[in-house]
Amino acid sequence: MSNRAELTRRDILKSGAAVATITLASGVTLMAFGGSDANATGADAGKRWGLLIDANKCAADCSDCVTACKTENGWGSHGEHASPETDVAWIRKVTLKDKQTGRTVSAPIMCQHCETPPCVDVCPTGASMKRADGIVLVDKHACIGCRYCMMACPFKARSFVHEDVTDQSVNAPRGKGTVESCTLCVHRIDKGRIPACVESCEAAGHSAILFGDLKDPDSAISKALLNYPSIALRADLGLNPGVRYQNL
Amino acid sequence: MDRTIYRELKATPSVWMAAILLLAFIGAAGLSVLTIEHHGHIITGMNNQIVWGLPHVFAIFLIVAASGALNVASIASVFGKKAYKPMSRFSALLSIALLLGGLAVLVLDLGRPDRLLIAMTTYNFTSIFAWNMLLYNGFFVIVGVYIAVQMIKGLSPKVVKTAGIAAFVWRLALTTGTGSIFGWLVARPGYDAAIMAPLFIAMSFAFGLAAFLLITLTLFKMSDRNFGDVLLKRMGSLMGVFVGAVLYFTAVQHLTNIYATEHAGVERFFLLEGGVYTTLFWLVQVILGGLIPMALVFLRPSRTSTIWASILVIIGGFAQLYIIIIGGQAYPLDIFPGYEVLEGFNEGVINAYTPSLYELALGLGGVAVALFVAGIGAKILRVLPTNLSDANVPDDS
Repeated sequence: MSNRAELTRRDILKSGAAVATITLASGVTLMAFGGSDANATGADAGKRWGLLIDANKCAADCSDCVTACKTENGWGSHGEHASPETDVAWIRKVTLKDKQTGRTVSAPIMCQHCETPPCVDVCPTGASMKRADGIVLVDKHACIGCRYCMMACPFKARSFVHEDVTDQSVNAPRGKGTVESCTLCVHRIDKGRIPACVESCEAAGHSAILFGDLKDPDSAISKALLNYPSIALRADLGLNPGVRYQNL
Repeated sequence: MDRTIYRELKATPSVWMAAILLLAFIGAAGLSVLTIEHHGHIITGMNNQIVWGLPHVFAIFLIVAASGALNVASIASVFGKKAYKPMSRFSALLSIALLLGGLAVLVLDLGRPDRLLIAMTTYNFTSIFAWNMLLYNGFFVIVGVYIAVQMIKGLSPKVVKTAGIAAFVWRLALTTGTGSIFGWLVARPGYDAAIMAPLFIAMSFAFGLAAFLLITLTLFKMSDRNFGDVLLKRMGSLMGVFVGAVLYFTAVQHLTNIYATEHAGVERFFLLEGGVYTTLFWLVQVILGGLIPMALVFLRPSRTSTIWASILVIIGGFAQLYIIIIGGQAYPLDIFPGYEVLEGFNEGVINAYTPSLYELALGLGGVAVALFVAGIGAKILRVLPTNLSDANVPDDS
């Protein structure tokens, strides 16, 4: 199985404007596109990006995906008052033990990129938004910092920036007083690359995270989902997340 | 019986003292906000687990009490109780003042309060928050008009009644919206309950009337006006009914949750093992803020007992909102049903929260804003009747 943001020539032409902008002013304008699906330039409604995480392949003592995300998106540095409770976490590792059987299992948790995201529903200004290709983002220019999306998210995937940020990455502008979460490395996807966590997991030799287009029946992720059992976290809520888990 | 005469507050030394005191609180809140803005929310007790804290308890209390304070006017205009008529101007004014105080806290706690303009101009209509902004702004307009038509001489009572009905319906919608901020949070076991909307309406009736009584009595005392014992006891027993309604909805909420096995954990937390939240629930909300005020107004009705009952209802109300807002977040999300979390990021644990002085100052500043605005209103507008002695209260029959 291979992880590719399988871009066709048509896709590249369609998202040409966005790619040009990103190339010219990388990071600066990236998040300013948002507000609604209509002006999310570059996102292709014909695609839905997703992840399939195989908990059996995820090593409990490895957190390369978290480290890669921090480096890629420039979060994780601590201010003088920081505490684990105020720390930002776009992606986190959990180790779980089945209460009945005692089996332990490990997996990364990040924004689940729901088809019907509660964070988008509750956001008063529309800063919390879903791109046409299913990626859930925060428009950092429209977020007023009310944190209602954090109250609504069933996965605790969002973080509020509690103090001034240092060591920002051009890939993901951040700001004190606003909410942020996993962008599925949208800046990479728009260039035809795979998310940093997926890449680092491959590099570590685990390949526990599979990335791809859920709408393409021929993609590796669609085939894996078709042929092997998988679950969605909090499936009872009917949110149809774009992130799925195997062997959890 | 004399005709009801409305007169402005006189600028007596006690009025000046009160104004200076309130301004001091507002100043402290302003300093707090500037400090939080400078350092970020890191200096507050709020974090990424407890994202809404003490400021929200104050804000929601004031907003809920605001719609309830309007009830005195509604009872006169909508339900035709003449005894409440002389108080209805101030009731409407107080409701605007309380809402202003609550919204001030809510807005100043935002991560980016400078972006208020975005919130006022960009609406996401699937958000109950966005709807609430329209409901709050509409409330100012409708209740403003309601005050005006009450004060304009020679207007037909039908106009006042129409405005009163509009304001009453609007306030019911407003409190429904406020309750639904929590009721519609499906992911959190502490919320996700349709009963939040009627519960909040019952709460608004009780808290609003308690706030109205205490503030009106204080202003009357400061301006040497008479508030009759019979009228006060009558309003006290009405408050007792509202407090009973709050207890009823609270009981139904918890009993319904207990019945569903999936909610057993959160109920065990609130009712038995939640530490500060359990104590607040039984001791402060139910006993101190519910049963005792009811006993006071029904078993020992008097001027003093009504005043004490009002104070206790407000204390119980703060406790109730603290349990709902903070307790609801302290109880963890159930992301992995059937699993125990061995290692994670504050996963599956009760989240701790210690409010900071900054948050307390901001919340108290909101109360001060509400009281200051109400006082200014009473100072410049003819909204307070000169005499509410029992001999001077209109008969309902």
